[in-house]
Amino acid sequence: MNIQDMILTLQKHWSDQGCILMQAYDVEKGAGTMSPYTFLRAIGPEPWNVAYVEPSRRPADGRYGDNPNRLYQHHQFQVIMKPSPDNIQELYLDSLKALGIDPLEHDIRFVEDNWENPSLGCAGLGWEVWLDGMEITQFTYFQQVGGLECKPVSVEITYGIERLASYIQEKENVFELEWTNGFTVHDIFYQPEFEHSKYTFETSDPDMLFNLFGVYEKEAKRQMDEGLVHPAYDYVLKCSHVFNVLDARGAISVTERTAYIGRMRNLARQVAKTFYDEREKLGFPILNRKGDADHE
Amino acid sequence: MNNQHLLLEIGLEEMPARFVTQSMNQLGEKVGKFLTEQNIEFGGIQLYSTPRRLAVIVKDVSEAQKDINEEAKGPAKKIALSENGDWSKAAAGFAKGQGMSVEDIFFKELNGIEYAYVNKFVKGRHTADLLPLLKEVVLNLTFGKNMRWGSSDIRYVRPIKWVVALFGSNVIPFELAGVQTGNVTTGHRFLGKTANVLDASSYEDTLRKQFVIANPDERRKLILDGLKKLETENNWAIPVDESLLEEVNNLVEFPTALFGSFNEEFLALPEEVLITSMKEHQRYFPVKDADGTLLPYFVTVRNGNDYEIDKVARGNEKVLRARLADADFFYKEDQKANIDDLVKKLEKIVYHEKIGTLSEKVARIRRISAALGNLTHVSEEVKAAADRAAQICKFDLVTQMVYEFPELQGVMGEKYARQKGEKEEVAAAINEHYKPRFAEDTVPSSETGALVSLADKLDTITACFAVGIIPTGSQDPNALRRQAAGVVQTMMEHNWNVPLEDVIGTAVKEILQDGVGEKDTDTLQKEMIAFFMLRVKHILQEKGIRYDIIDAVLAKNGGTLKETEEAASVLMNHKEDDDFKETIEALSRVVNISKKAEGSHNVDTSLFENDEEKQLHLAYTELEKSWNKADSMEARYVLLEGLKPMIEQYFDNTMVMAEDEKVKQNRLAFMSHLAHYILKFADVPAVLVK
Repeated sequence: MNIQDMILTLQKHWSDQGCILMQAYDVEKGAGTMSPYTFLRAIGPEPWNVAYVEPSRRPADGRYGDNPNRLYQHHQFQVIMKPSPDNIQELYLDSLKALGIDPLEHDIRFVEDNWENPSLGCAGLGWEVWLDGMEITQFTYFQQVGGLECKPVSVEITYGIERLASYIQEKENVFELEWTNGFTVHDIFYQPEFEHSKYTFETSDPDMLFNLFGVYEKEAKRQMDEGLVHPAYDYVLKCSHVFNVLDARGAISVTERTAYIGRMRNLARQVAKTFYDEREKLGFPILNRKGDADHE
Repeated sequence: MNNQHLLLEIGLEEMPARFVTQSMNQLGEKVGKFLTEQNIEFGGIQLYSTPRRLAVIVKDVSEAQKDINEEAKGPAKKIALSENGDWSKAAAGFAKGQGMSVEDIFFKELNGIEYAYVNKFVKGRHTADLLPLLKEVVLNLTFGKNMRWGSSDIRYVRPIKWVVALFGSNVIPFELAGVQTGNVTTGHRFLGKTANVLDASSYEDTLRKQFVIANPDERRKLILDGLKKLETENNWAIPVDESLLEEVNNLVEFPTALFGSFNEEFLALPEEVLITSMKEHQRYFPVKDADGTLLPYFVTVRNGNDYEIDKVARGNEKVLRARLADADFFYKEDQKANIDDLVKKLEKIVYHEKIGTLSEKVARIRRISAALGNLTHVSEEVKAAADRAAQICKFDLVTQMVYEFPELQGVMGEKYARQKGEKEEVAAAINEHYKPRFAEDTVPSSETGALVSLADKLDTITACFAVGIIPTGSQDPNALRRQAAGVVQTMMEHNWNVPLEDVIGTAVKEILQDGVGEKDTDTLQKEMIAFFMLRVKHILQEKGIRYDIIDAVLAKNGGTLKETEEAASVLMNHKEDDDFKETIEALSRVVNISKKAEGSHNVDTSLFENDEEKQLHLAYTELEKSWNKADSMEARYVLLEGLKPMIEQYFDNTMVMAEDEKVKQNRLAFMSHLAHYILKFADVPAVLVK
């Protein structure tokens, strides 16, 4: 099964479970969790079921397209369900079956793995899912997001697309994976991998990036003061990406590093709090709409 | 009585393997305690657990609580009866309180006084009516980490999926986190289905049919049998690591062992790298030949049967191949780097935001180990080796291999250092300086390793104390207690005759000079000594030393840790001696009375009035000469013990607190001179003698 069919299969599967199918968010980010469709929507009492593919950038993992396992940008298939359904493990295992993975022919296990992202004030408990010893999915019950307790709890399922595909397609090198008929990952992503690696490690301008961090941070705060959560959060994401490039570049000194993470954490916490307050002002519309439907 | 078996099974989403066994034991204990508290008799308890269930079977549980049939004692007769012989209010109240009436009261004598009594009888309730209270037992289990899920407010180790609760063949009704108890269990996630459980006695078999081995001991044996079979078939030796076996056992419900292989070229990697990849990352058992040489095979335990097992083996091989290829790449890259360049990189790594960078820490380790080298009078060769080892002891932290395999810190340092031409003792010290790594680990065996180890640990502990990271109760995130114990053990084993205060002083000086924290020297030094003394006390307790003797040797004046430990052993060895009690009492008398001395004075022998004084003083001057020549605490104890008869005669014939002020002060001065030596051995009056 090629990657395109895998994505279509997962989309169909989660769409059938009532997930809104969304597209990738258009600001650079390090992980699917950072999309506002996850980070913000996991906050507060409103139900939320969504699935999307998220291209995730990890500048430090850039290898000029030379390494068979590491990528500047990889793809995650992200599912969020709030509140977490009782049969979520079964729903997940059904998605593997849909991908042609028959559990009876493999060894599938849920191995403890607790997830934490201190710079976003997030923590969760759950597992990494092993398929014959390979970690193919992160499965997390969010306990805290942006420093706020999750009530109800969202479950996050993150499939590593390339990882899973390398298993399904029995390929050792990520660039040999077939994306769709006639196109490999190499065809589509080799050049950007090379160029982004070169940019990250060689040609990026640290002074400009430091400057941008400050500008973005200021703008995030200014928009927060206006109660405009989404524009504010976009700028937090931009801060995070700029920071990741600078960090990969080795441009951030020791003391600065801690300070920068602290600054982002503060922003993330403020955004989370503001989002909650704004939804509350609106009367948590999705929650109440659901209530109305129940009465009919 | 008609006894029945009780079965309680809590079905969960996969629990963390590390919590399974302890949670199972806890469930057993708490169910047993519940029944006992409820006055319900029962027979044996059998425990079960898998990643997805905790279960307990209690055999022969009584059908009802025991009846209570006892004499309840009330007020004294004279209070129970009023003057005219009627029942008093007190008597009526007592009878009512026991659920009886005054007609039931009788009198009985107790210790010469007559009291009101009633024969109290409470019929035991039916067990079946009380068992729904097990809900609280289930909810009261505690786990290392709890979570919430869905919209439930319950915090538990993982979401609760089903609960089987049977008394005999009847369901015990209660509800937990939206789950109603029943008689339906769940089998293996893929091979099994749900199944009805008739009663406790069919529990194991019901699950076995659904591909679940609920008894952890049986599962464990199946795994070991599987390993054994592979060993025999292939002429292998598979060393069984207990903690890995325990973890694997708690990751599977239906174990099947299988093996895979990897490319022989990877055997060129250090064995530790291969073993860590297999054991820590993949939970595989590494395979060796009869001579203990690692072979290019691994054994894993599948949670399932042997259907398509080759496919599972191939999948696992692929994963290991990718991991080892990564490791191989890192190993080759690391070998291109130069140690001093790597050391330079430590400037970029924060050790702790309040403490500074690793580079600063390393500079301190170097200075502290140099100071310790001078204090311990080690050879110049050791000093030179320790200086180089201290300088490069953390370089491997910035290698790619340790970045990927943090558990190999020190191990890789040693290997790379040797490859890059560092001296053997320097290379070994890089690995040794992390020792002892855990509670039962050995200390660094070389003096070089021991110096660097001490310097590193002292630096860590002192720095943490300086910035207020101090262990409290169960909170000790930086394992400072273990590290302090490591310092103490290392000093004891190397017989270093350096007072603990001086050792601590070296680190306190360096930390404060580097501007870490805001404490003054005196405060920090005192906090550190108190912390270390507690560790010493703990270590002595572990060695089985009596409490009073620990207190006595810890309160002695000066001396080394080794001497403290020795003094404790000497007292333990002599405590059964015939004259131990007299010896301790005689020495204690000297110490106690010496406390009355004011200031320190020389002893004027011309003021002595009797022979016993002169004799004891003569013995004292002998003691003074022999003390430092005595090469062990045992020898010193013998010296002190030898004074006993003279001390006794002295006190029999001498009034220390004499009327003549000059004589009195002279005698007190003498007593404190003598006490000075006794206290160098132990604070003898603290020793308890019967």
